[in-house]
Amino acid sequence: MAKIIGAIGSSHIPAIGVAIAKKIQETPYWKNFFDGFAPVHDWLAKEKPDVAIVFYNDHGLEFFLDKKPTFSIGAAKEYISYDEGWGIDTIPPVIGDEDLSWHICNELVEDEFDITICQELGIDHGLTVPMQLMWPGNAYSHMKVIPVVINCEQHPMPSLKRCFDLGRSIGKAVESYDKDLKVVVLGTGGLSHQLDGQRAGLINREFDTMCMDKLVNDPEELFKYSIRDITEIAGSQGVELNMWMGMRGALSGKVTELHRNYVIPISNTGAGTMLLSHEPVSKK
Amino acid sequence: MSYLDNKTPIPGTIMFDGSKARKGYGLNKMCYSLNDQSARDEFASDEMAYCEKFGLTEGQKEAIKNRDVIGLLEQGGSIYFLAKFTGGLGLNMQDIGAIQTGMTVEEFRAKLVKAGE
Repeated sequence: MAKIIGAIGSSHIPAIGVAIAKKIQETPYWKNFFDGFAPVHDWLAKEKPDVAIVFYNDHGLEFFLDKKPTFSIGAAKEYISYDEGWGIDTIPPVIGDEDLSWHICNELVEDEFDITICQELGIDHGLTVPMQLMWPGNAYSHMKVIPVVINCEQHPMPSLKRCFDLGRSIGKAVESYDKDLKVVVLGTGGLSHQLDGQRAGLINREFDTMCMDKLVNDPEELFKYSIRDITEIAGSQGVELNMWMGMRGALSGKVTELHRNYVIPISNTGAGTMLLSHEPVSKK
Repeated sequence: MSYLDNKTPIPGTIMFDGSKARKGYGLNKMCYSLNDQSARDEFASDEMAYCEKFGLTEGQKEAIKNRDVIGLLEQGGSIYFLAKFTGGLGLNMQDIGAIQTGMTVEEFRAKLVKAGE
């Protein structure tokens, strides 16, 4: 059976992709951030996942406002990264797992999640930057990827609980898949930041730290924050916490924090990195 | 009750909700088109003619002309689509932050660093 072996929370700021392209990871501004991925790389090398389920949001590449799904799941053979309009490098195609995607979609709809199923899905920095961070040098050709896109651009947006529950259903779906696959779940984006408005530049270290603490052992405690609360406390783009909620929802049983890093500022953001493992309660 | 029923403004924050999405549809559509190089070239050759193709209002065109980011947000622009317009001008997110807050880019960068202390 397929198994979720752990989860990784990571920022997906475009400037990271630019830094990688310019090869400036060792400069003082970037060093602490990139060094924070060494334990993640070691863990990936040791655990050797076959599949990555990546929670991210689309910043206006695939989806315009003519149709704006709340939750979309990729079910394509491959995913292509396209020009985003302002110069970030594209990455080589990312390979999908259509069978597992459809299995997850079938289970999600059965679980009453009315998702949008995408047989074509252009991927932007929300997914490409985490791929570059996890597998430097774009060395991800051995990985199959299932994109899960959450609307973080247009209100109304789904609640933290809803995204957690989505993750939980995805986790259940994976565990019921009858192929021996090792699956890692990526929660991308965040943490606190605000790009737009007179309050642009807001970052909230205290809140981010609390969220990362709660994500380990007490994620339900975060349900009390509405999307409006998150916007107020963690900024307009702080709502990307929803992808971390989805990631965490896919874990079950005892969750252990193996590694954490947090750097301010990376671009306009409090950039969190987190590696979690879990010991699911075995089903008899 | 939707969280959007709370009408108390969040200071310095413009919520991109249904009313903004409707108001800014043409503006955002124009910005969305800038994902393509050919559209960026056409925009660069005659910005206002390009805006007219997407039915931008006079106010929106004025804000495009003036690189008035706050004005664009107030008239329904979404930061994700506006980023394609401003990014094409060579402005990054610290430049945009500085424009919106009335700071110099150095001051805005210092504000970000201070948030980490």
